[in-house]
Amino acid sequence: MITAERKPLAEIIDSIDDCRRVLLVGCNECVTVCSAGGRKEVAMLASALQMDFMKRGKTLEIREMTLERQCDPEYVEQLAPFIGQVDAVLSMACGCGVQEVVRRFRDKRIYPAVNTKFMGATERPGVWAERCHGCGNCLLGLTGGICPIARCSKRLLNGPCGGSSGGKCEVSDEIDCVWQLIWDRMKELGIEDRYEEIIEAKDWSTERGGGPRKIVREDLAQ
Amino acid sequence: MEKFEPVIVAFCCHYCAYTAADMAGTMRLSYPTNVKIVRVPCSGKVDTIHMMKALEKGADGVMVAGCLDGDCHFKNGNTKAAKRVAFVQKLLEEIGIEPERLTMVTMSAGMGTRFAQIANEFTEEIRNLGPNPVGAALKAQPAADKVA
Amino acid sequence: MTTESVLEKVMKAGHVGVTGECGPPRGCMPDKVKEKAELLRGYVDAVNITDNQTAMVRMSSFAASMILRQVEMHPVLQMVCRDRNRLAMQADIIGAYSHGINTMLCLSGDHMQFGDHPMASGVFDLDSVQLIQMVRKMRDEGKFHGGADIKEAPKMFVGAAANPFADPFELRVARLAKKVKAGAEFIQTQCIFNIDKFEKWMEGVRERGLHKETFIMAGITPMKSVGAARYMRNKVPGMDVPAELVDRMAKTPKEKQAQEGIDICVETIKRVLDIEGVSGVHIMAIEWESAVPEIVERSGLYPRPEV
Repeated sequence: MITAERKPLAEIIDSIDDCRRVLLVGCNECVTVCSAGGRKEVAMLASALQMDFMKRGKTLEIREMTLERQCDPEYVEQLAPFIGQVDAVLSMACGCGVQEVVRRFRDKRIYPAVNTKFMGATERPGVWAERCHGCGNCLLGLTGGICPIARCSKRLLNGPCGGSSGGKCEVSDEIDCVWQLIWDRMKELGIEDRYEEIIEAKDWSTERGGGPRKIVREDLAQ
Repeated sequence: MEKFEPVIVAFCCHYCAYTAADMAGTMRLSYPTNVKIVRVPCSGKVDTIHMMKALEKGADGVMVAGCLDGDCHFKNGNTKAAKRVAFVQKLLEEIGIEPERLTMVTMSAGMGTRFAQIANEFTEEIRNLGPNPVGAALKAQPAADKVA
Repeated sequence: MTTESVLEKVMKAGHVGVTGECGPPRGCMPDKVKEKAELLRGYVDAVNITDNQTAMVRMSSFAASMILRQVEMHPVLQMVCRDRNRLAMQADIIGAYSHGINTMLCLSGDHMQFGDHPMASGVFDLDSVQLIQMVRKMRDEGKFHGGADIKEAPKMFVGAAANPFADPFELRVARLAKKVKAGAEFIQTQCIFNIDKFEKWMEGVRERGLHKETFIMAGITPMKSVGAARYMRNKVPGMDVPAELVDRMAKTPKEKQAQEGIDICVETIKRVLDIEGVSGVHIMAIEWESAVPEIVERSGLYPRPEV
């Protein structure tokens, strides 16, 4: 999922401080799974904002809504009946969702309420870790199914570097050395001899570096 | 000037805290009427939004009362509750509301005295903190808006 | 394929190769570079010039290497993958060679988090293995990484680093093999204090015949004080300093510790040169270049051979 974390409250309050009516929109997909911007988080943020404004003698009307997804126009359309009644929209979706709302409601002030972080998975309840960088040309088949681009601090394709220590990365002992993980997996699969195959320099043009990307399904595109 | 009488909402778990509160009653131990008890099956059933809403709607103090560590009838509901209380306390700090208005306490079913003591102490702590800063604005709102 | 590199000539002729190291200054101070280099003149075959070591900004290795060429010394241009993409790397390589710099070391680079600009984005367009491949292709095929011809190819003697003390140990020989396969012609190891572990690694190296495909230079660092010993033992990732060595330094009176450090250094050099497959030593006397002449002389490596 795409993970995110709620922005510091001071920052959120600052963006809507001059508003009296706000539409607070959550998303039922990724940000719900990582407990950053789903229905529950919308309720909590609404309550916090309400208390902050009241405490300062100001009123704030908040309409809480959670869309199935904010990255699809059909769902974003559901905001249409309510958008005219508010001064601004606070979106708890990832950056994709925020921008889709902007695309549809061009004359409205729309602000992000979360910091979008990374593509990751749930390691255990309450803990999400980075897994994929969207390089555009997946090489998981070469590394025993573990990604060195997303999970090596130096994105080495022929690692580990000399800083790997006790299975941990030199940057922090909270980060596993992914090349240790890859090596262990190669042993589990009995493919240790693959380790010495040199992985050639990557063509990064399929990654963000090649410019913002688009996918077109010819059979589906209207 | 009237003495400030805080409104305290106490979420009490059925198996321990509520029973202790009951026992305080049968033991004729007095505890302040400021403390409004809400019985829940387990302190772990109390969601963060319940704590927030209580404060948002004007409670001056909120207490989550559960079983002693290791004794939760539902295994670890009290641990979850404690983590949630800590989470909401951090949020309160971010918006400039005293985190001490929210607290987690534990006791066993037979601790009527402890319940009364905690109820008394917390009421005094909140009295000293003063009214919930949110409450002032609430009182200014028309009565129709307020939720009991 | 022979280059004009003095270091290559020395080791190919069968002599023990000796390199030193010099960290460029954190400012526009060319004289500082010349000062440090002068201390090493005549005692080493080439001088490594570090490249934003520990991710702290310094005068670039390229610039400092040029200064060494101006005073007719031989630099080893160190290039890390952290700060440059493959365009800048190739540009610097042909630029450096055009200034008479003919020896280079390919490294991944310490992570930005260690240095004074943790907010910088790391480049890591290539890793050290791919960089070695690229330089060899430039030299041997006369082609840029992208495939176009280079007019006047750079004839670089290409080296890489190896760390017998990092984890996982069982991979450390395989990783060396990868670098040799990619084309590394000489290897400089992380500084050796745990000689037993180094010997074990060399066993693995010899088993695969890697010592015959590349020149292994043992990394050596003199410890200046017990504080330095403790720092290296506890704070530097990938370094193995046995407790006995720290104790030995601790037992030495403070004013004699520097000399003790040099003594340990000389003992280490003599021991590693006895190990089959070791072709040279790389002396990293960080901020203590003045110790190098004594170390080289007492190790029996002075004068340096004429090639």
